[in-house]
Amino acid sequence: MQIEKKQHIFDKPENVRLLLRIFYSICGILFILDFVLHRHVEHPWEHLWGFYAIFGFIACVVLVLIAKEMRKVLMRKEDYYDVER
Amino acid sequence: MWSAELPPFLLFYLGAFLVLFLRGWLRALVMLAIPVLGGLHLWFDVAPGIVHSVGLLEFDLVVMRTDRLSLLFGYLFHIAALLAIVFSLHVRDTTQHVAGLVYAGSALGAVFAGDLLTLFLFWELLAVSSVFLVWARQTPQSFRAGLRYLVIQVLSGVLLLAGAMAYYWQNDTLAFNHIGLEGVAGWLIFLAFGIKCAFPLLHNWLTDAYPEATPTGTVFLSAFTTKVAVYALARGFAGTEILIYIGAAMTCFPIFYAVIENDLRRVLAYSMINQIGFMVCGIGIGTALALNGAVAHAFNDVIFKGLLFMSMGSVLYMTGRMNGSDLGGLYKTMPKTATLCIIGAASISAFPLFSGFVSKSMVMSALLKGEHHIVWLMLLFASAGVFHHAGIKIPYFAFFAHDSGIRASEPPRNMLLAMSVAAVLCVFIGSYPLWLYSLLPWDVDYMPYDTTHVLAQLQLLFFSALAFVWLNLRGLYPPELRSTNLDAEWFYRRLFPAFYGRLLQGLSFIGMTSGGFVRDRLQTLLAGLTRSHGPEGTLARTWPTGSMVLWVAVLLGVYLILYYL
Repeated sequence: MQIEKKQHIFDKPENVRLLLRIFYSICGILFILDFVLHRHVEHPWEHLWGFYAIFGFIACVVLVLIAKEMRKVLMRKEDYYDVER
Repeated sequence: MWSAELPPFLLFYLGAFLVLFLRGWLRALVMLAIPVLGGLHLWFDVAPGIVHSVGLLEFDLVVMRTDRLSLLFGYLFHIAALLAIVFSLHVRDTTQHVAGLVYAGSALGAVFAGDLLTLFLFWELLAVSSVFLVWARQTPQSFRAGLRYLVIQVLSGVLLLAGAMAYYWQNDTLAFNHIGLEGVAGWLIFLAFGIKCAFPLLHNWLTDAYPEATPTGTVFLSAFTTKVAVYALARGFAGTEILIYIGAAMTCFPIFYAVIENDLRRVLAYSMINQIGFMVCGIGIGTALALNGAVAHAFNDVIFKGLLFMSMGSVLYMTGRMNGSDLGGLYKTMPKTATLCIIGAASISAFPLFSGFVSKSMVMSALLKGEHHIVWLMLLFASAGVFHHAGIKIPYFAFFAHDSGIRASEPPRNMLLAMSVAAVLCVFIGSYPLWLYSLLPWDVDYMPYDTTHVLAQLQLLFFSALAFVWLNLRGLYPPELRSTNLDAEWFYRRLFPAFYGRLLQGLSFIGMTSGGFVRDRLQTLLAGLTRSHGPEGTLARTWPTGSMVLWVAVLLGVYLILYYL
């Protein structure tokens, strides 16, 4: 077997770190833009600063945590339906 | 090119027949020519307002009825058929090619059907033709999943037929226009549409069968069945309030399953129910903006969901694996597929400049205008969730995450071409929504790109991604595990078979215990019968003709005496 020598872009931890830094910066800028730009909103909650940002973050954390709990109840072996019992 | 009254399904059925006898490049040419010629004909020659019917027995079947709604889905299905055909050109399997063409043709037949009977015919043809795309995988699992799929789809058709008959009895017409939930007919038809639309609890045929189909078959499947149902709902049940809540439930519950599902095509199947939820919700609101949003989202969904299923189909085709737990690191050798998948993921997540954004925002705006605040929050939650499971999870676990060590090369050129065209369409519609808006059935002045919308959507998506990154870095993200997750299908895949099995066991127990008694009685009975009817039995003897004449004479004599008495 030939051993693969080629280094790919995300094999280097510094590239992953750079990508994450850029990502965090964009998140920060988007949050700040809420205070700078004028928005015309329809729902009262939209007036809250950072409503969408906070909602998106919390929604996803809640989603994943509930889904993890669901696994305890719903998860069965891969061949659950294939085995006669 | 040809008469505008000629229904588009004819060309597809004719093509499917030709494909049976053609091989090699000639077959490929015919298969490509059908959606191209049919689509161009529909685009240039066919105008709204055509009604064309053919007589069958005492009924007039309206096989071609065009208005802006049916034409929009007509264009869409030609595009979808072309993409799926290009994607499956390398396949050497006549069954799949013929089934794909008949299936696409039936979808066109259904959207141009002007009466419920015609709709029913194509409704069943959709079921029967598409199941071969599942069976073509040729595994025991796909065979069983296909059977379950077929039973449920045919059941939907039976309900539609019963509903159509009741509708005829109530209204003395079979015309397929607004139906509403009045009377038994409305509910039967609603339920039939609901099954095909994957309403909650009726949805498992989709998550069961689609991931079991062939890599190319799923691309066909994802385009037609559910979108025909969305079309039918938009025509028959626009503004039916219960749809808002059904739609909201559809957007929310599948995303939990999508997060813990391992089979990436099953993740996409769950996310498909989530996307249909947005459409169903829009149809339920029933305003022009909401209905436009619903059908525009159906249009975009066929293309971006097709693109995602194509990218996963390519991964399955090249690696033979589809579980998130087995994949990862494929970007190293499949960078083009990875990029195209990310475009599909950005579109389904409704990133600005990608197609999902310009249609989903219409439904969201319509919800706010209609003051459905709770449902709006549910759909906002689902929008964040869809980015989480379809937008990030699919590309991340297939192409990045941990290195699985698989070094698969890029898929064949036809697959890459189909994905590229779909990706271009996603970006084109997202960046220039006016093209799609000009095709929408209702007149609405709507512009998705303003600072408020774009900023809100970007914040929602980036902070959803931030949650993913945070959960991953903290080790809180649930790992991909080989597993089956129980869903509503448990009732018919486990509970009913178990109940039925017990019933059989019980019956055989009764048979075993009471067997001796019954056997004795039977033997006595048989012995008695043998005595009278057996070879030596009294009743089996041959009688001379003379004795019969004698007995007839006796009978007649008795009769005479009785008569004179």
